Amino acid sequence: MTGTDTPIDLSALEAAARDQLVGAADQAALDAWRVTWLGRRGRLTSVLRGVRELPAAQRPIIGAGANRLKAALDEALVERQAELSAVAADGPVIDVTLPGRRPPLGSLHPVTITRRVMERTFRDLGFDVVEGPDVELEEYNFDRLRIPSGHPARDMWDTIWVADDGAGGPRQLLRTHTSPMQIRYLERRQPPIRVIVPGTCYRYEATDATHEWMLTQIEGLVIDEHLSFAHLKGTLEAFVRRMFGEAIETRFRCDYFPFVEPGAELGVRWQGDWLEVLGCGMVHPEIIRDAGLDPERYTGFAFGMGVERIAMLRYGVRDIRHFYRNDVRFLREFDRFRGSV
Amino acid sequence: MDVPLKWLAQYVDWNLSVEELAHRLSMAGAEVESIRRGGGNWDQVVVGRVAAVAPHPNADRLRLATVEYGLADPLQVVCGAPNLAAGQTIAFAQVGAQLIDPSTREPRKLRRGKIRGVVSMGMICSERELGLSDEHEGILVLETDAALGTPLADVLGDVAFDIKPTPNRPDHFSILGIAREVAALTGGDVAEPSDRYPESDSAIADQPSVQIDDPTGCPRYTAIVIDGVQVGVSPQWMQDALSSAGMRPINNIVDVTNYVMLEWGQPLHAFDYTILREGRIVVRRARPGERLELLDGANLELTSDDLVIADAERAVALAGIMGGAESEISDDTTSILLETANFQEASIRRSRARHTESGTEASRRFEKALNPELAELAARRAAALITEIAGGVARGGLVDAYPGRRHAPQVVVTQRRIEQILGTLPSVETVRGILSALGIPNRWLPPDRYAVSCPPWRSDIAVADDVIEEIGRIVGYDNLPSAPLPGAAPERDIDPERDLAERMRDILTGLGLREIITYAAVGADELGVTASDAPDAVAVRLQNPMSAARDRLRSSLRPWGLRTFAHNQRETRGGLRLYEVGKVFHPRRGRQPVEERVALALIGGDTVVTVHGDGGRRLDFYDAKGLLDQLATALGADFALTADAEDAALSPGQSARITMRGESVGVLGRVAANVASAFEVDGEIFALELSISRLAPLLSGDAAVAPPSVYPAAVEDLALIVDERLAAGELAAAIRAHGLVEAAELFDVYAGPPIPTGAKSLAFRVYYRSPERTLSDRDVEKARRGIVRRLESQFAARLRDS
Repeated sequence: MTGTDTPIDLSALEAAARDQLVGAADQAALDAWRVTWLGRRGRLTSVLRGVRELPAAQRPIIGAGANRLKAALDEALVERQAELSAVAADGPVIDVTLPGRRPPLGSLHPVTITRRVMERTFRDLGFDVVEGPDVELEEYNFDRLRIPSGHPARDMWDTIWVADDGAGGPRQLLRTHTSPMQIRYLERRQPPIRVIVPGTCYRYEATDATHEWMLTQIEGLVIDEHLSFAHLKGTLEAFVRRMFGEAIETRFRCDYFPFVEPGAELGVRWQGDWLEVLGCGMVHPEIIRDAGLDPERYTGFAFGMGVERIAMLRYGVRDIRHFYRNDVRFLREFDRFRGSV
Repeated sequence: MDVPLKWLAQYVDWNLSVEELAHRLSMAGAEVESIRRGGGNWDQVVVGRVAAVAPHPNADRLRLATVEYGLADPLQVVCGAPNLAAGQTIAFAQVGAQLIDPSTREPRKLRRGKIRGVVSMGMICSERELGLSDEHEGILVLETDAALGTPLADVLGDVAFDIKPTPNRPDHFSILGIAREVAALTGGDVAEPSDRYPESDSAIADQPSVQIDDPTGCPRYTAIVIDGVQVGVSPQWMQDALSSAGMRPINNIVDVTNYVMLEWGQPLHAFDYTILREGRIVVRRARPGERLELLDGANLELTSDDLVIADAERAVALAGIMGGAESEISDDTTSILLETANFQEASIRRSRARHTESGTEASRRFEKALNPELAELAARRAAALITEIAGGVARGGLVDAYPGRRHAPQVVVTQRRIEQILGTLPSVETVRGILSALGIPNRWLPPDRYAVSCPPWRSDIAVADDVIEEIGRIVGYDNLPSAPLPGAAPERDIDPERDLAERMRDILTGLGLREIITYAAVGADELGVTASDAPDAVAVRLQNPMSAARDRLRSSLRPWGLRTFAHNQRETRGGLRLYEVGKVFHPRRGRQPVEERVALALIGGDTVVTVHGDGGRRLDFYDAKGLLDQLATALGADFALTADAEDAALSPGQSARITMRGESVGVLGRVAANVASAFEVDGEIFALELSISRLAPLLSGDAAVAPPSVYPAAVEDLALIVDERLAAGELAAAIRAHGLVEAAELFDVYAGPPIPTGAKSLAFRVYYRSPERTLSDRDVEKARRGIVRRLESQFAARLRDS
């Protein structure tokens, strides 16, 4: 009907307009497009104006077509406008590979992390957690644990002593182990007793990759009726399984500590080797008797272990001196472990 | 203690591999720290490797091993051992080697031969074939890095255990003591060595007189005089035995004393009897200034704390440690006095520490507290060996001064107690077998108990549980039952300080700080530099510190905190934020120090390393204060600040004292420049220090939380012109004091035109809210007027733009 002889090709006009519209990427370009095509002097407007001058036969056809085209372009403009404003609301395209702004990441010290894991494990087993003084009386650190002055076993603990202040008080020292808390706890609690004592201990000892003069220990004491070596084994095996996994192999060998009888040492098989993890034993009947309890009725067990040593095993730390050097590059290595404690 | 297995085998037999024996001993408490091998006689036996294993064509139980041994091409060997496997390092006997025939136990030369039709060019050896032990279940698998072809003697040789005795087991310092362990662990018997020797019928008058002046230091002294000895070289077997245990042979008399010491664990000493004036022995404390030349040439000046063996006139030996040079056995010696005594461990330890560096074989044993009963056994054994080897006859009986004789108690062990402690009850046969093998005298008293006593070579069998340990460890702890803890968990202690310390760690960690744990020892100078008040800070003094420069127990976390901060500055980009939660110690005369828990946070440096967006800035006072504000929120604490902490380590103009309910709980501020530089801190550093011990009792328990209001807040800005010296905090507090003010946040501080000189403008965003209703404009206006009136009268403030 319209034929190729139509002097005004509306289809070509529409194609050109739509082409330009897609190319308009911001508000200014949209405005320019609107002026170009739909403005008072726009190209479509001039077509509409020119309809009057067309032959009568063509007028209605071109007129109706141009009006439809105007409506279509109006609609396309609105759509394009909406598209562009949606893009504007979402913001510009950015380089997502630029570095993020990191809030500072705090961290717990690896000894704290390990101590807490150990404490939580014992809490799960029903243990109370208490602490005792770092500066102890000789009496509690040694004598009342059946290690009198001159006893060969005193050589097991090289001691840092507090200088005499001349006031005639009892001899003081930096506790060499957390075991004195066994005595102090027994002074104020009655069985059933199920407690661990974390704390810093001190040894007059040259430092190397496996020895520090300051160390963190966790002591344990369990006293009740009807407790035997079987419960010592069961409890400590449960602890070790929770610390190192269900598949961990354990063994108990005979060892000596003056305040337990029988005495033992728990080892675990770690990467092929047997490693000592803790010392333990049945509480010596004299300790129970000295606490005012009947050793024929009450029995129990005690144990002690180094937190740093466990941390070294768990995290593959090869030199114990890293812990108290506090090099941030070392501390950062533990960032991925703190979430769980 | 070196225990050569050949020597050990004189007293006990075992049928275990070397490794298994070492393992059993360790598990039972005699820890084998290492296994030493060296110096065997295995010509033609070398280290080899099983390269491949193939079936034997004519025999199911035999296999063909291809052995690489480094000296020539690999050889094929027929082997019947079930544990044979490719890759093993083994002892390879070449044709011509001397081996022990496993069935006849006689030496036999290895020949080339055919076994079931296949040629075997050598042999992969078992421990029995090498004469190492009776083990013949399989081949010996070597754990060595030695190159193929290395003579086996170089890697295996004489085997000795290095055993580390625990302090309660002086008998583990003796071969016989270990033999008893082996017997108990393997179900064998101990062959006791001979102690018979010829005695003359000497008159009492011919016997030496022994006088003990210090019965505490010397509970027992026995002497045997042997006349007619011929001093000379010991027989080869004894020289070999001593050498294998790491001791140098000297002469037959001295060698016997050393041999018996190693055998029984009891040190002995032989004097040349003719040198002893008046034939007398006096055990006494040295006279002050008395001198003694020892066998090793050391010339000692003794103190009255040293125990000596003297004759009628002078000291001739340092008791329990070393003999004197003058009375030493010489080639001309014909009469000897054999001393076998017991000395108190503490006395020996003090003398040893005073006069020697590491002690002697004798002092090491005495320091473990020997049983005085052991002396006589060792004395008789030594007399038997001396008379056998060096000839001579002992005068009469043993002279025995024994003021410290103890009544050895009989220990009763009930079945009930055994089960109570071990959680299981081994049979009477098992228990008696164990105790008897250990040489512990025991009787079964039906129906339910044992009577046990302590043998002379031990001192650690005093109560029933000591005996029960013997049973448990020999049965094997790993063979005892295991059971979970019965019963409910006991009630827990409450420790608010410890709880607060842990909360503080969590909060500070959450605020982006890294926890450090530092040493408890500090120098007095460091404490002085960082002290809040007196520069001569009081602190607990250590008697024997690890380092003389740090001989105080820390009374502050500051010195190590600052040092740690400085160390880390070099390696940290961006800001550094560290904290420690730990104990500090304040001395009390004659009592244990007060142990105070303190938290110290140290921050400084740039906030971030910025590559785009926000610019970085340096952390400052308000970052430290922000930590405090967040702590206050997280703890529910109500801190107040007073400008100038009056802390000598902090800058007066940039510090504040932190109080809660009027009590000082800490300080906040910039570390004074001279303090920071004393620790080589680079740039500004800010500290927040809180006493957890003082804070804990001030924090209330759980309080009810307020529900969020359903009514909207009205927000207004309020700009006030005040004197420039007025602290913003005071103004803010006054605004917040109004009942309808929910919050007032300072958002602008401005001085300069058009604000008059000497004044400043403080702008607050004020949030009004009622929990009961929506506030009207009139309500807010009324509230604002009230606030402004109050500020006008209290601070001479006036509204800006009004």
